[in-house]
Amino acid sequence: MKTKFLLSILPLSLASAMAFSQSIDVQVTNLTHGMNFTPVLVSAHDSNTHLFTAGQAATEALQAMAEGGNTAPLITASAGTVVNTNNIANGLLAPSANSPVTAIETGVNTHLSIVAMMLPTNDGFIGLDGWKIPTEVGTYTVYLNGYDAGTEVNDEIIDTVNGGADDGIPGAPGMDAGTGASGVTDMETNTTVHIHRGNTGDTSLTAGISDVDSRIHRWLNPVAKVVVTVK
Amino acid sequence: MKYLNRKAGTLAIALFSASLLSACGGSSSSSNNDVVAGIETKTASYEIAVTNLTSNQPLSPLLAQLHSSDYSAWVIGTSASEGLELLAEGGDNNTLLNAPSSHVYSAVSGVGAVAPGAGSVFSIAADVNSEMNSDLKLTLISMLVNTNDAFVGKTGIDLSSLDVGETVKHYLPIYDAGTEANSELLGTIPGPADGGEGFNMARDDVDYVARHPGIVGIDHGYTESVLNSTHGFDSPAAVLTITRTE
Repeated sequence: MKTKFLLSILPLSLASAMAFSQSIDVQVTNLTHGMNFTPVLVSAHDSNTHLFTAGQAATEALQAMAEGGNTAPLITASAGTVVNTNNIANGLLAPSANSPVTAIETGVNTHLSIVAMMLPTNDGFIGLDGWKIPTEVGTYTVYLNGYDAGTEVNDEIIDTVNGGADDGIPGAPGMDAGTGASGVTDMETNTTVHIHRGNTGDTSLTAGISDVDSRIHRWLNPVAKVVVTVK
Repeated sequence: MKYLNRKAGTLAIALFSASLLSACGGSSSSSNNDVVAGIETKTASYEIAVTNLTSNQPLSPLLAQLHSSDYSAWVIGTSASEGLELLAEGGDNNTLLNAPSSHVYSAVSGVGAVAPGAGSVFSIAADVNSEMNSDLKLTLISMLVNTNDAFVGKTGIDLSSLDVGETVKHYLPIYDAGTEANSELLGTIPGPADGGEGFNMARDDVDYVARHPGIVGIDHGYTESVLNSTHGFDSPAAVLTITRTE
């Protein structure tokens, strides 16, 4: 009798465990040698939500993040149940720096996404798209690649006019980029979200095709490491 | 926190069994196992096989270390040790090979440089007790010699669950020691692409370890570079196969 009773409540307890909020710690490390990340947005959401989808055109909210580092439109566009933890590094996440370990209560949410713009790029960003949060207690490491939002020509010209809101790269926080570039390209063939081809750059700080420095502002994937601890 | 607790627990158990053994008047060792302070040790031996996956980057003599989790050959975002700088700028693994540390049980160098497409196989072993065995890590590191200060490797590879006869494979990424600017200029690169200077104690770069951004090269418009497109690389630069043999 007793066994039967236990068996009958087992599925119920499993189901409720799934629906209950999880306590997780998230830490993001910038693995690059010379790229800064704008404020990092960590979003816990359901399995159907995506901040970006490779092979599809970026939303306007994603475009604002990828071109200017502004995460507010992505947060505004979120459903009410989504748990957004914004700006976990309290500003820029410098090359090779760690964000603080950030505690998150996931609420009803089962999946994790992370985005931040890479500077200096036109519309490059680090991306984690809908990673399923494990239910088993433990520490998990995920490596993130650099994406291109496909919304802006990668001319690699730094343009701080209008606070960087115009086309162009809004700035190089390392103060190690140049000016006076003629532009690497004036067209893009892939206007969907895709893996970033990397900066081209050049070695002239006053002329050349690019304002970014090819010896400093380049990267190989992965560009970020995320450690998630399920408590 | 959980991890620390678990470690502390392991330590406590190990100490407890050590005192039990001493209380029994010490246990005599059989065959070639040693008894140190009442704790039985066994030899843990590994075959290390590395294949160079790059296009045109010879690897400096490989360095392997067996150690505990208290040691790390580098940390992202942290200044490189002088031993690491020597290896990453000039391919010289001598300082890391002979670095005295209670956490590094043994260190072995491979013989000679490893050409692109070629491999290197050697062995490393250490006498470890059960506590050391449950926290046994491997570091493998080598310079990409046609660069200013790039190295391939992995530190803190967990060996505790690798049983005798088992094999594990790791693909190795490329790091930048951050101790020498990636100038690619004539005279700054020790490999055959240049034949220039290796180690220089000046640190004229960011002074932290990070993933390598890749080389530029003359074919990508950097006219002063001594490197060309054949010296380019992407991750992984090498594959490491570890087999526990004893």
